[in-house]
Amino acid sequence: MRIISQIGDWFDRRLQLAAPIREAAAHPVPRNTASWWYVFGSAALTVFLLQLVTGILLALIYVPSASEAWNSLQALNHDVTLGWFIRAMHGWGSNFMVALVLIHMVQVFLFGAYKFPRELTWIVGVVLLLMTLGMAFSGQVLRFDQDAYWGLGIGASIASRVPFAGPTIVKLMLGGPIIAGSTLSRFFALHVFVIPGMLIGFVCLHVLMVLKLGINEWPMPGRVVKRSSYLSEYHELTKKDGAPFVPYAIWKDLFFAAFVLLAVAGCALYFGPFGPTGRPDPTIIQTVPKPDYFFLWLYALLSLLPPSMETPALLIGPVVVIIGLLLLPFLSGEGEKSWRRRPIAVLTVLLIAITLGTFTHLAGFTPWSPHMNAWSGDPVPERVLHGATALQRQGALVFQAKQCRNCHSLGELGGQRGPALDSVAVRLTHDQLIRQVIQGGGNMPAYGKNLSPAETTALVAFLEILHPEGQATAHEAARDFVLRETGTRP
Amino acid sequence: MPNENRISRRGLFMKLGILFNGLVATALAVPIVRFLLSSVTLGHAGAYLTWVPLGHVSEFPEGETRLATFRNPYVMPTDGQTVDTACWVRRIEGDQFQVFAVNCAHLGCPVRWFPQSGLFMCPCHGGAYYRDGSRASGPPERGLFEYSHKIENGLVAIQAGELPTPGPSAALTGKNPPCA
Repeated sequence: MRIISQIGDWFDRRLQLAAPIREAAAHPVPRNTASWWYVFGSAALTVFLLQLVTGILLALIYVPSASEAWNSLQALNHDVTLGWFIRAMHGWGSNFMVALVLIHMVQVFLFGAYKFPRELTWIVGVVLLLMTLGMAFSGQVLRFDQDAYWGLGIGASIASRVPFAGPTIVKLMLGGPIIAGSTLSRFFALHVFVIPGMLIGFVCLHVLMVLKLGINEWPMPGRVVKRSSYLSEYHELTKKDGAPFVPYAIWKDLFFAAFVLLAVAGCALYFGPFGPTGRPDPTIIQTVPKPDYFFLWLYALLSLLPPSMETPALLIGPVVVIIGLLLLPFLSGEGEKSWRRRPIAVLTVLLIAITLGTFTHLAGFTPWSPHMNAWSGDPVPERVLHGATALQRQGALVFQAKQCRNCHSLGELGGQRGPALDSVAVRLTHDQLIRQVIQGGGNMPAYGKNLSPAETTALVAFLEILHPEGQATAHEAARDFVLRETGTRP
Repeated sequence: MPNENRISRRGLFMKLGILFNGLVATALAVPIVRFLLSSVTLGHAGAYLTWVPLGHVSEFPEGETRLATFRNPYVMPTDGQTVDTACWVRRIEGDQFQVFAVNCAHLGCPVRWFPQSGLFMCPCHGGAYYRDGSRASGPPERGLFEYSHKIENGLVAIQAGELPTPGPSAALTGKNPPCA
């Protein structure tokens, strides 16, 4: 033991780090901050360290070249001992890191921790969030498969809409005229050198400020933050009701960090690595690219926004959100911290969470995408054809062959882009059906040029038998009357 | 006693040192920025666009739309398969052609051609286009991207080399879609 302490002393005489480390560890924190609510930041940092380690391990095998990346991922999955596990840990670690950063941010927001004097800590936190999302996107690109390839195309399409600078930004992003080797190389540089380097720097700054300014006290309704008195109040609190961070509070951080690491490993073991999906070969167009989990909400939003609003929303929306987040501590730097006295803050969090959750849920089954194989794969329900005339059956054939089924479902099978047609005859009259088929409209293409009069007649005859049993079909009363009066109706 | 306003010898040298470093940094910035912007400057110099043959006219039956593939003219040694590109070739009749990019005009996903209904459909966000490339429905604000093409010695050739994106691009003649 004496030798160990002697060696320790030898180093400390040269480094002189023991005293500041001891001081940081023993700095007093308000007793009630030793809470399970205060563990998310350190857990995010733990997963970040895990990402550094697994990332370096992956770089031992991975080849950042458009011609070899996919093969090296296959080698990691199938040839290298436990390569699949390291890939899975890195992939799941990324999901956990984004989730933990978001949860940490929500907690900080609801506990008013961004208020004076911790404004800069919040701002650096926002930068860290953006970098984490940047890591998530660039990481998806390094998994150089079909999703990565077309995902880059989507990124380029969004970037190209920037007024004036669009084409320049696209070429800078792709490193050339198309998505190719240079694109992967520059995303590799971003993912492995640029963003992690900045992340390390900003994380240090973030933690340093937490140490210097002290951890946010547990918010009490009625205990209002004032710039003039907060610092002395906080100092008083830590003196009167404080406890050293180590070991009083840190044990919960340690337990939760270990639990999170276990959870990442558990997911990695159970679910395995993400992809890669098909080869990044642009001539294979039979693909349905989808972003990773944390960008699914954006995928849904891009389908549901009206076309005219899309470009402004894409270009202005993120800027407004980021500026809003950066300005938040200046707009409400004082006042109540407790969520019990901040109903708008709570409602904002709920609204954003429900919105993002709904969009993510929708993106899980993409009701806006045509089902490319429904026309040849999903059968017409037997019940509809039972007792149908030859003309109506011919109409059912037209319905399938002309890919109507790709967007319209029958018996809950088929696309959901357009309305389900199980009861279309109740909604639309004979004439309205013909008009809708021929002219389209309401987001439906016009089929006038692609249907012969005979096909249209058959198709409409089929559509007219699509109604629930016992429910009458739509009729235009005036038309019936006129036809009866003029005696032209059979 | 030195005057407080007077600059000391050391202070002057320090300032000169900063100035010297600033000059060197500026000089070094020139090649660094030129290196970083090379993909943009090459594009401005027109290095990317070239006429690429797709195949003999007879390979494309009249009245049909077929998928054709070509190798992007601008290639780096590590590009692998990513330079293989697909496009939709529509032969209207005789020497009348239309060549569309597979990339949806919305966000670039690959559109598929359905000859039975005469529509291009996008699997991502549900954009649809008529056989002439004009917008039919869905989120795209315009019709499909169309390559400039010509027929030379019986070969259909297109001017290709850049990824078509909804922003302005020199490679493609962006036609406004007719009213649906």
